[in-house]
Amino acid sequence: MLKISNLTKRFGGLAAVNNVSVEFPANQVNAIIGPNGAGKSTFFNLVAGAMPPSEGKIEYQGMDITGMAPDRIARLGVARTFQTTMLFDQSTVLDNLIVGHRLRTQSRLWDVIINSKRLRDEEKKCRSRAAEVLDFVGLSHIGHRYIADISQEERKRVAFALAMATDPELVLLDEPAGGINPEETENLADLIRKMVKHGITVCLIEHKMDMIMSLADKIMVLDHGEKIAEGTPEQIKNDPVVIEAYLGSEQDVEA
Amino acid sequence: MDRLMNFLVSPVLKWALLVLAVVFPLISDNEYHIYVMATAFIWAIAVYGMNIITGYCGQLNLAHGGFFAIGAYVVAILTVDHEWAFWPAFIAAGLAGAIFGFLVGVVSLRLKEHYFAIFTLCVGFIIYLLLEKWEELTHGSLGIINIAPPEGFGLVDFTETVPFYYLVLAFLVLSVWLVSRLSRSLLGRTFLAIRISDDLAQSLGINLMRNKVLAFVLSTVYAASAGALYAGVVRFIGPAEADVVHTFDMITYLLVGGIGTLMGPLLGTLAITWLTQMLQSLEEYRMIIFGPMLVILVIFFPRGIVGGFLTWRGRRLANKASQQGQDGKSQTTVNTPSTPNADKQEAGNNA
Ligand SMILES: Nc1ncnc2c1ncn2[C@@H]1O[C@H](COP(=O)(O)OP(=O)(O)O)[C@@H](O)[C@H]1O
Ligand SMILES: [Mg+2]
Repeated sequence: MLKISNLTKRFGGLAAVNNVSVEFPANQVNAIIGPNGAGKSTFFNLVAGAMPPSEGKIEYQGMDITGMAPDRIARLGVARTFQTTMLFDQSTVLDNLIVGHRLRTQSRLWDVIINSKRLRDEEKKCRSRAAEVLDFVGLSHIGHRYIADISQEERKRVAFALAMATDPELVLLDEPAGGINPEETENLADLIRKMVKHGITVCLIEHKMDMIMSLADKIMVLDHGEKIAEGTPEQIKNDPVVIEAYLGSEQDVEA
Repeated sequence: MDRLMNFLVSPVLKWALLVLAVVFPLISDNEYHIYVMATAFIWAIAVYGMNIITGYCGQLNLAHGGFFAIGAYVVAILTVDHEWAFWPAFIAAGLAGAIFGFLVGVVSLRLKEHYFAIFTLCVGFIIYLLLEKWEELTHGSLGIINIAPPEGFGLVDFTETVPFYYLVLAFLVLSVWLVSRLSRSLLGRTFLAIRISDDLAQSLGINLMRNKVLAFVLSTVYAASAGALYAGVVRFIGPAEADVVHTFDMITYLLVGGIGTLMGPLLGTLAITWLTQMLQSLEEYRMIIFGPMLVILVIFFPRGIVGGFLTWRGRRLANKASQQGQDGKSQTTVNTPSTPNADKQEAGNNA
């Protein structure tokens, strides 16, 4: 699904992502873990095309998408959510989702001026897609509420729904469980499993180890921009390098 | 309460406003008031343009007054120095707004947020300097007099206040109509996504540059057309039309009325224009009243008159719907603590 070769991103002297090669297979949960500042978000930015890599190659479904504009990559079926959820506070949940399907429509200014049939059809399509994804994330009952009035977990779900509205095949989730409680985290994990069941490939950045270990099929560990390990949760858990660099220190902090 | 609330958002109100605007010259026997209203409408058209790029698309364009001046100067130069009739010159002004808007937009919209604002502030100042210094073209600081009025083809005389009032009203209605189409459409939603964040919009497959430039060009066409009408009514213009003060005035109208709302630009422009008229006797000191009023407004109605109302109404409807849902299914969570304002406003209104 996603094949990364020798990917590097430098900010001035700092290599935020350093010579990373990895493959993420389709139809499963691929997780990226690593301490703060390890380059995880930057890695997503590169895959989504939000910034061009300094070196390396990104292949998506066999296609070279290195340096491609982010909106084109989105149209190819790569969706993402951000570490800080961005939604339009002053409108309703459903209204926020309608634009998600915009990339599958064609209407231009002229259609707006003459209120063309194409525009009306496409608006209907976007609306029904919004209702579908809202149902998918289990929030149909709050479609009419204002974003400013819903809980943090609900906001995360709306962000998932917005990504889903683009009809993606690959979804990049940047710390979706940040700032929500353990029970809600479990619900969110269920939702991620449901996405995979519906044929979507998930790449996930997460700090919560228990969530990752039960959810991921494959894990890549980043540290200082470099890949220090990859494998199944079992392999990662027992990898001495990982324990040294990340898990160990994390557990110390928690203990 | 609910009935009043529904009335305020129903199309009926918009028709009522229109009827009011149509009969205004008949019930007001003060020609000066009609003139003030007509010029307020012209500014409102420009503010609708600003609302497209700044309100919907989220890009603070500080050259807006400059594009207004460009429209006015195109009409002035063509009708005075080249003996064009008003209407062809008016169309040329709109085109000039589009062309300059495109050129400035393509360059400036590569910049983000305050860099964009500062860049456009400079663009506005350059426009001002050009109008003042390029004497062969613009008559320099003397300005241009005897601009041709819109010709009425023997049917009406637009040098008279009342016919001109109706002409401007017609353009205003056209402007509002187009923005109302736009704001409800997928294109308007595309602009709004950009306002939330460039990164988010791009991740949703939205081509940033193309949509920002489109919003920018629409806004400059609005500004230039308004400027052209302005030249047709005052018939004397100078470089001061491009003064950045006008841009800040328009921002004030937009903030007071409600940024990113449909009726905000009109209500904000009218409110401030008439307030200014009423406080005219105070001259400079009117700022003593004005300033605190603005501060209070921004604190308590950050989305302006219309925005504040819409938020309040939306919350009310949403709460009602949730309560109904709750009666049926007895859910537990209705209000998150993050909405003290909604609660306050509700309480205030029930009282
Ligand atoms: N746009 C940027 N410009 C400069 N430095 C950046 C930028 N984005 C990230 N960095 C730096 O790159 C490093 C990795 O950041 P990031 O990818 O956000 O880490 P993570 O998501 O793993 O916490 C950090 O040191 C950060 O300061
Ligand atoms: Mg991060």
